[in-house]
Amino acid sequence: MRSRWSYVYFGFYLLLGIVLLFLNNDLSKAVITLMNVIIVLVPLIGTIFGVMYYYNSKEFTELLLAQPLKRSSIFLGQYLGVAISLSMSLVLGLGIPFVFYGLFQSSAIWDFSLLLITGTFLTLIFTALAFNIALSNENKIKGFGYAILLWLFLAVIYDGLFLMTLIMFEDYPLDKVSLIGTMLNPIDLSRTLILLKLDISALLGYTGAVFKQFFGTSFGIIVSFVTLTLWVVLPVLRIMFKSKKKDF
Amino acid sequence: MVIIENLHKKFGKNQVLSGVNLTINEGGIFAVLGPNGSGKTTLIKAVLGMVIPNKGNITVLGENIYKNSDYRHKIDYLPQIANFPSNLRVKELIKMIKDLRKPTNEDEQLIKLFRLEPFLDKKLGQLSGGTKQKVNLVLTFMFDSALVILDEPTTGLDPISLIRLKDLIKAEKAKGKTILITSHIMSFVEEVSDEIVFILEGKIYFKGTIQELKTKTQQPDFEHAIASILSDNHA
Repeated sequence: MRSRWSYVYFGFYLLLGIVLLFLNNDLSKAVITLMNVIIVLVPLIGTIFGVMYYYNSKEFTELLLAQPLKRSSIFLGQYLGVAISLSMSLVLGLGIPFVFYGLFQSSAIWDFSLLLITGTFLTLIFTALAFNIALSNENKIKGFGYAILLWLFLAVIYDGLFLMTLIMFEDYPLDKVSLIGTMLNPIDLSRTLILLKLDISALLGYTGAVFKQFFGTSFGIIVSFVTLTLWVVLPVLRIMFKSKKKDF
Repeated sequence: MVIIENLHKKFGKNQVLSGVNLTINEGGIFAVLGPNGSGKTTLIKAVLGMVIPNKGNITVLGENIYKNSDYRHKIDYLPQIANFPSNLRVKELIKMIKDLRKPTNEDEQLIKLFRLEPFLDKKLGQLSGGTKQKVNLVLTFMFDSALVILDEPTTGLDPISLIRLKDLIKAEKAKGKTILITSHIMSFVEEVSDEIVFILEGKIYFKGTIQELKTKTQQPDFEHAIASILSDNHA
């Protein structure tokens, strides 16, 4: 993929990193601000780029399909091409200014790496979901619509529904439910992981304590990463499955 | 060469192919004809494995094509609409396809034949439709495979390129290749093809030489023979 957009995206993160560092003058504060940006923006960009790339390269895909190549390798190649170039933009764009600022001497290095890791996971997840949507919808407008809806749902609506349920059933013990609810949404999961790592869980009140108990342990971290990996693997498997049956 | 047995394909509720049986022997030029939407392109795409049939078997050069991609090494395919990534240069595209298949030097000759030298450094998005089609033809013919499939090869070509294309097709035939063509330009089909296959409503309606078709429909020329099939069937 020789896309001008991935450079723009890279430049954007570079600028964002520099500006945040200048304004905050403090690494860990900049990390917190970045988290808020990454949690919302990364999934959105992953979704839109994924859908856009698929539809734009449709004719080219058809050209490739007539060549002696396996279908799964064509689509996996395209997926990895988009997802990896987006992840690289994110990691390099944010990494470069932070490294120059003196990240390696700072205690924020682990928080920052976690931020980049979850950011990469989110890119992989949402690009895969976007490819799934695009593969299932011939109509571009519909595909874009569903993709944006999916992002809106996971980034905004899910939280709302989740809160409503918690309020409605507040008389019951909800620790488990809220834990599971958080695990099921990759955006929430990433946010919780980073927040807890940043040690500002006190802000979360009682649930924060429960979460801390779970996510703070190595077991919790492992379960979280397994869940994130599942969120990548399942959509990718569906891409392979779907692409084998599709007519072009 | 190509054996198609009882091929069925449905797109949603639209039954496109309903039980196509077709055997294409080695050597010669076969034209697949039929009205718009009769399933010509679907049939070709099924042979290429781009469309997955609901029922039926396709064998290409003795290999069953189901869940197989290697047999495509032996097919050169010219897609109907040439739409390439617009930010690639012509040279880069040719190189890329070569990397995917195998090294070849045929492309230089073909580029000369279609006078494409001035366009090699241009981006594909800047080319006109006819020039894109020429690039498409170069990509198709440069591998020298035994089976060549051309879907509407004449689209957008100027008269002189059309003559060059006809010569090229005849030269390929002389090498003993099997060439499958779909086209709506009847004069072109009449000039180049040895045998025609007529598809109507998802079935093979006629297979044979143009002479046989004329005899069957009792029409003096090819164009009227085709027209008489269509009007007899209210298509």
